[in-house]
Amino acid sequence: MPTINLETEEGRLEALRRMLTIRTFDATAADLFADGEIPGFVHLYIGEEAVAVGACGALDDEDYITSTHRGHGHCIAKGLEPEHMMAELFGSSEGYCNGKGGSMHIADVDANMLGANGIVGAGPPIAAGAALRIHLKDEDRVALAFFGDGAVAQGQVHESLNLAATWELPAVFVIENNQYGEGTPVDQQHNVENLSEQAEAYEIPGVTVDGMDVTAVYEAVEEARRRARDGDGPTVIEAETYRFRGHFEGDPQVYREESEIERWKEERDPIDQFKHRLIDRGELSADGYEELQTEVEAAIDDAVAYARDAPMPEPADAYQDMYAEPVPEIEAFAAQLRADGGLPGGEIR
Amino acid sequence: MSTTASQEQASTTMTFREAIRAALREEMDRDDDVFLMGEDVGVYGGVFEVTQGLLDEFGPERVRDTPISEQGFVGAGVGAAATGMRPVVEVMFSDFLGVPSEQIINQMAKMRYMFGGKTEMGLTIRTTEGGGMGAASQHSGTMHTWFAHFPGIKVAAPGTPTAAKGLLKSAIRSNDPVVFFEDKMIYEQEGEVPENDDFTLPIGEANVERAGEDVTVVATQRLLGESLETAEALEGDVSVEVIDPWSLYPLDTDTIVESVEKTGRLVIADESPLSYGTHAEIAMRVMENAFYSIAEPIQRVGVPDTHIPFSPPLENEVLPHGEDVRAAIERIT
Repeated sequence: MPTINLETEEGRLEALRRMLTIRTFDATAADLFADGEIPGFVHLYIGEEAVAVGACGALDDEDYITSTHRGHGHCIAKGLEPEHMMAELFGSSEGYCNGKGGSMHIADVDANMLGANGIVGAGPPIAAGAALRIHLKDEDRVALAFFGDGAVAQGQVHESLNLAATWELPAVFVIENNQYGEGTPVDQQHNVENLSEQAEAYEIPGVTVDGMDVTAVYEAVEEARRRARDGDGPTVIEAETYRFRGHFEGDPQVYREESEIERWKEERDPIDQFKHRLIDRGELSADGYEELQTEVEAAIDDAVAYARDAPMPEPADAYQDMYAEPVPEIEAFAAQLRADGGLPGGEIR
Repeated sequence: MSTTASQEQASTTMTFREAIRAALREEMDRDDDVFLMGEDVGVYGGVFEVTQGLLDEFGPERVRDTPISEQGFVGAGVGAAATGMRPVVEVMFSDFLGVPSEQIINQMAKMRYMFGGKTEMGLTIRTTEGGGMGAASQHSGTMHTWFAHFPGIKVAAPGTPTAAKGLLKSAIRSNDPVVFFEDKMIYEQEGEVPENDDFTLPIGEANVERAGEDVTVVATQRLLGESLETAEALEGDVSVEVIDPWSLYPLDTDTIVESVEKTGRLVIADESPLSYGTHAEIAMRVMENAFYSIAEPIQRVGVPDTHIPFSPPLENEVLPHGEDVRAAIERIT
């Protein structure tokens, strides 16, 4: 059963709440990164919230997803907890990956979230594999891969499409076309008008939808999920969207004009558009929206407080989790590093 | 096949190829989550006939012919393993491992660690390696050092049918990813292999194949058999101990070190290129742990940093053989 029912008022308000949660989480992450509290690289999802929320809203909790380097939105939309996400961004042992993954690798396999991914285009083969599992076990669920317009040029994405199409696997491929692959415009990376046209090569349905409209994304994924579960194979969905921030925090964005960003923000902001729709329908008041915002901000403040207080890992934890069945090599190297083990080399013969 | 029964367990004479096929069959019988996929593993039975007959036994869902698409199907193996399956993916020649190496090194090998230990990766990749059949440079390479070097992967490279069966069964049952290297020149090699379905060998232990006193030869794959023959030929003049490391990562340092502490001499015979490789790793471990026991310079037998050429006299020139092992032994005894 979809985790959000957009046919109901309750479902629509939940979609708005999730989009706001993503935006607030990422706006907060931007500040914390700028202040030096969060190390490493951070890629923010602000502007693209309707894609993750529309897609994950149409999925059941049992459905798998794979994500990207820009994964915070997918995590929140899939139901991961902001506390443990923020703790992961801080490098804490209370994070989803015990601090070993960070922003680019948040995963929660128990929640069927198979990982954000630092390699552009690496998620779709993994989603095809999860779909293969579903097929082999004859289960009633699907696997959905999120990937960007840049990833569409990757060979392994096409190999996954071909495999999933040929084997009629229950997979859904969601292209988040945010107009730029890192710093290069989409039309300089691809020779097709719409990226969903790639589906034609594999004789599977491909649709392009307004990725700033949560309902449009939801309906497309709902239909793709139905096809997948009926044994009719995969679908490609291109969601046209826009990232309001740089490729990464600190990106000088020399490749686009400020006016372009402002135009998208003013005319196409997915949260504003959906909010106004709900107000027009009489389902939300201006006060109600402010209340929702306050609630979401409080939740993210709590997540930050949790992350700040959460313990950092012990340095020795670096040696854990490499293997299910540990190897003596790592134990020996760790012992040598962490203690004065004396000079090795055996005894004089 | 002739069957013999010892007091402990029945064994059967079978080839290296049959031993691998038996391991696959037994594990597929034992666990419905085990399935095979790769290029021509089904109808064709595998380019080296290893999976022959398994399609008829287990059907096309569990013995899956794939497109020629290594990134796609190795990646699908990663995804299936991450969601609890036990895929056995065949990459036809190890030279092709460059193609799906992104899924191998950045996904398969790192997923468990990056996710804080919260994922199992019960994926086995079977592949063939080694020269000797005129297959030229892109179908003859020995790649196991690459993957033994990369953290997060376990690597097995057996030299006997028994080791092949026991290690492959352990690989399939393991919750860690294993790349399993099969030397295509020894598929016809015969040995006595335990028939027991529960027979496995641990990944991370080496095996002393032949006891000796004067020199230790650590030999892998085809060179194991040729080293054993060389040891027999030298019997009376030099007493040669021969060890099959079974797995290259983890590597059983203790068994090798114990042997060198006894013999004081070490020859390492492995078909990989000589520089920066498997030989160096084994030598270094012996130096770290038995430095004062080493009486003579450690000797390496391998490929002299060339690719494997096509023409028989050229291929024969660069491939290591038993006579090279013999020459190395004679240099230090």
